[in-house]
Amino acid sequence: MAFWDYANPTRFLRLVQIVLPWLVGLCVITFAVGLYMSFQAPEDYQQGQTIRIMYIHVPAAWLCMMCYTVMSLSSIGTLVWKHPLADVSAKSAAPIGAAFTFMALLTGSLWGKPMWGTYWVWDARLTSVLVLLIMYLGLMTLWRTMDDPIKAGKAAAVLTLVGALNLPIIKFSVDWWNTLHQPASVVRLDGPTIHPDQLWPLLVMAIAFTLLFLVLHLMAMRNEILRRRVRALRMRAASASHPGTAAATAQPAE
Amino acid sequence: MSGWAMALFKRDLRLSVRIGGSALVGVLFFLAVVTVIPFGVGPDLNLLARIGPAILWIGALLATLLGLDRLFQADREDGTLDLMMMSGRPLELVVLVKCLAHWIATGLPLVVAAPLLGVFLNLDPVSMGAVTATLLVGTPALTLIGAIGASLTVSLRRGGLLLAVLVIPLAIPVLIFGVSSADAAIHDPVPFLTPFLILCALTLIAAVVGPVASAAALRFSSD
Repeated sequence: MAFWDYANPTRFLRLVQIVLPWLVGLCVITFAVGLYMSFQAPEDYQQGQTIRIMYIHVPAAWLCMMCYTVMSLSSIGTLVWKHPLADVSAKSAAPIGAAFTFMALLTGSLWGKPMWGTYWVWDARLTSVLVLLIMYLGLMTLWRTMDDPIKAGKAAAVLTLVGALNLPIIKFSVDWWNTLHQPASVVRLDGPTIHPDQLWPLLVMAIAFTLLFLVLHLMAMRNEILRRRVRALRMRAASASHPGTAAATAQPAE
Repeated sequence: MSGWAMALFKRDLRLSVRIGGSALVGVLFFLAVVTVIPFGVGPDLNLLARIGPAILWIGALLATLLGLDRLFQADREDGTLDLMMMSGRPLELVVLVKCLAHWIATGLPLVVAAPLLGVFLNLDPVSMGAVTATLLVGTPALTLIGAIGASLTVSLRRGGLLLAVLVIPLAIPVLIFGVSSADAAIHDPVPFLTPFLILCALTLIAAVVGPVASAAALRFSSD
């Protein structure tokens, strides 16, 4: 089973070495095509040039959800199968997800200024993405505060799964909250159905963003594995130079 | 409730009432938050009556968050938590019983204090009753969700701030339905019962998810 073969970090690193250059090339080409298409796409009759923000904004918003899905699956891998790479995968996906979420919020507010006349509205969708950003940042902080990567990984996996259970509830309740307080005061973007001339660049950009995520994720996983090896070597060196404190370094989390 | 659960419940309750008077401190904090709000938004009684339920709910949320680090920290420091984990009883039930005792010691006083603080905020009797009812149903959910954060940060030196950051996003649904059912009782765009029942459902979900996740986190932090 290929899934288990790549539980070996060395084998995984070798695979990354082979796959990564191709993936980077593919990503660059897709981005070039996608960006060209999005600048060639016709202007919106209402929104004018600002429609081009959509080609960055919408893929980023999709990716921030996908990233959380990847983290949740990895967390199941950590807790159920104790797969050694699942933990690495979840940890390295979190900052990428936070970056995509931030990008979605930033481009959204830049788009909102000319269209809605304000940078921020407490729209249901915006609010739930903001909550998602807070959850990403909380998870990253949790990882950072614990010394032992294994323990931190398990704690973060529990929180990620609780968050995955909670995200639909948060989404539902924020929808409820918004419709209760200010119905129909916010311009909904999904009003006009999207024209094929604008849909195609959007889809290509979505593929490009997904490839970008894959590239960054594989690179981050590689770096994390190397970082852990450096950490293990350092600990071994430290315990070799001070034989008396070997017991203390074996339990760094305490 | 079987024998050991009752014993654990009584022990936790006795500890939290006798040591440091956590119930009283929570209520005092609640009072302080409610006192500070009029300085921020101005002493307009109509405005205060309108946002009163929200103030009481946010005050209760903050007071609950403040007390959460007591849930497992002291037991971990003196080794009781390890004994509980080795006792062979289901850890999920242990967590549930501890949460119940914690809620009676810290959450229930907030609920009892809410009508009194409602007087300061110019709430009429109907909304006072509604806020108290929603707090009674909703604060257990805050404690149970908070237990997840408390068990995740139990091994950290200063986990209080991180705990709040981790718990607040998860507590948003409870806050939304607590405040909207209190609002629904006053000026009804929707019947009171709809959000109130969803709030009850959230508490029941939290009673399942909270202990299970919290017990998992405690097991991982100990081994």
